[in-house]
Amino acid sequence: MNIHEYQAKEILRGFGVPIPLGKIATTPAEAEAIAKEYGVPVMVKAQVHAGGRGKAGGVKFCKTAADAKEKATAILGMQIKGLTVEKVLVTVAEDIGSEAYVGIIVDRQRKKPVFMVSAAGGIDIEQVAAETPEKILYLPVDTRYGLRGYEAMRMGFFLYPDVKLARQAATIMQGLYAAFMASGCSLAEINPLVGTPTGELIAVDGKMVVDDNELDRHPEIEALRDVSSEAPSEVDARNANLTFIKLDGDVGCVVNGAGLAMATMDLVKYYGGEPANFLDIGGSSNPEKVVNALRIITADTNVKCILFNIFGGITRTDDVANGIVTATKANPLKVPIVIRLTGTNEEIAMKILTDNGFTASKDMDEAVQKAVALAKGGKAA
Amino acid sequence: MSIFIDKHTRLVVQGITGRDGSFHTRQMIEYGTNVVAGVTPGKGGQTFEGSVPVFNTVYDAVEKTGANTAVIYVPPMGAADAIMEAVDAGCAMVVCITEGVPVLDMTKVYPFVKERGARLLGPNCPGLITPGVTKVGIIPGGICTPGNVGVVSRSGTLTYEIVYQLTRAGLGQTTCVGIGGDPINGTNFIDCLEAFEKDPHTKAVAMMGEIGGTDEQEAADFVKNHMTKPVVGFIAGRTAPPGRRMGHAGAIISGSSGTAAEKIEAFKVAGIGVADRPMDFVELIKARLK
Repeated sequence: MNIHEYQAKEILRGFGVPIPLGKIATTPAEAEAIAKEYGVPVMVKAQVHAGGRGKAGGVKFCKTAADAKEKATAILGMQIKGLTVEKVLVTVAEDIGSEAYVGIIVDRQRKKPVFMVSAAGGIDIEQVAAETPEKILYLPVDTRYGLRGYEAMRMGFFLYPDVKLARQAATIMQGLYAAFMASGCSLAEINPLVGTPTGELIAVDGKMVVDDNELDRHPEIEALRDVSSEAPSEVDARNANLTFIKLDGDVGCVVNGAGLAMATMDLVKYYGGEPANFLDIGGSSNPEKVVNALRIITADTNVKCILFNIFGGITRTDDVANGIVTATKANPLKVPIVIRLTGTNEEIAMKILTDNGFTASKDMDEAVQKAVALAKGGKAA
Repeated sequence: MSIFIDKHTRLVVQGITGRDGSFHTRQMIEYGTNVVAGVTPGKGGQTFEGSVPVFNTVYDAVEKTGANTAVIYVPPMGAADAIMEAVDAGCAMVVCITEGVPVLDMTKVYPFVKERGARLLGPNCPGLITPGVTKVGIIPGGICTPGNVGVVSRSGTLTYEIVYQLTRAGLGQTTCVGIGGDPINGTNFIDCLEAFEKDPHTKAVAMMGEIGGTDEQEAADFVKNHMTKPVVGFIAGRTAPPGRRMGHAGAIISGSSGTAAEKIEAFKVAGIGVADRPMDFVELIKARLK
């Protein structure tokens, strides 16, 4: 789960990381008032879950409070990568002497969180990594022992030759690591970590991504979720315990299991079709899930054909069949449906479907070809 | 012959009285797995279905029954502890079915297991099956048949799909292993490929990967440099949009690393047969077994 910059900064501040003063504004008048309260110059920053906010014009430097009001007027309501800006962070603009990058991410190869630090911060870290890897220090952390003092100091000295700054940086690393662990993050970064002309370090931008699997033990993070920044269909699916991602095609897919769901989408494409979504109904068998899945998929007006591909293991195919019958009785389908079912209780499932006027196949390849043809307006082969 | 589990497997089920644990324990017993014990704290002294003794701790189960393999069906927040308990109690093979285990928990579990020389499969995996002999986990027994193809996969239902097609085509399996799709898992493709290479009965290997990470590319290198047996591979997620999470915590794709195209290219370079569709496994494997 993504959280906003201002939320990440609040968490980091709680772990002793120096953060510029700032507050959230939802109206231009609020932005002006915050600028007056903290003193100018300020930055006005769009709070959306998208990278490249600056390039999109969502981050502005303001010399006066009136200027902050004007810039906030422009940014609030702006679209960045399809997301509407509902909030801006108004924060004191720091004098910039140097800009470093400090990030920590769970690395699947090393099987540990790994710090990545570079004195060449403020620009695209991926470009630095690709072109000048020697400018980045990678430091894996054994979470059983935590970040040790000497490791934090090593990173501090890598960024700043001056011992005073190196010590400040080491304290910030410890704060970042503690916040990362305490919030159940998969990624946390400070970019840039600014060195001011007066010799202070301050985290001017912060980002945290929390592992969804941690949310059960972190209700305080779940409470930070901003549903206005997600597609409504995806929020709906999450509430129904389905994994759903909307795509641009016209074949609506309902599959059990992520791997099979991806393979089904790939096969749709292989036969010249375009999947409308990724939808994994998961492993448990519950007709209600199927009803919700159909509701979410049929809400997409691009969908010209619905394809079910169910391989019953834990999932009982008769539950899926019952779900299809229930859902289509309540809301008759306006588009054709192609059903492929095999595995646990498939005989019962086939009977339920046939008794209710549906046909079903046991073969994945055949079902996908049929769905692609129907979506194109052709007749089933 | 087989890899990781065989007729000597003596299984203890952690979470045997739970909804999933009890259902799959019945399925495993029906398949012929030697389930010697169950563990549910507080239910020690009871018997599961009149035949399997239940203990409070894995230590008790191992001491009283000689269990050497554990399978875990406990809720995600307790899974890391359950894995470490099984390893500490002396189980050499631990299979964690539980989905949703926090990745930071796994950063502690992984070195714990390695330092004690045990093998962990999963978490978030369907387990494994040696057809006709034993199964540990949730792979449906009915779709498998004994034979000489080794199967290793990051997915659950996609594995079933391909095993089902192999079985229908008369291609039986030595062992089918689901390694799970999480970012940090105990057993990777290379561990399985190495075991299949050593197993005299395995004549070919079917491998199913996914987008995200570099495990498949490293597996391809291993095949190129260390394997004499033919391997056929498939990558799910060719059409996945970049930067989106597709249900598996591991299937996160960022930038150009971990794409399907990159993995398929690595397979080709290593001489691995590439199945464009799940159904293509059958012909590709048949051609290589001749």
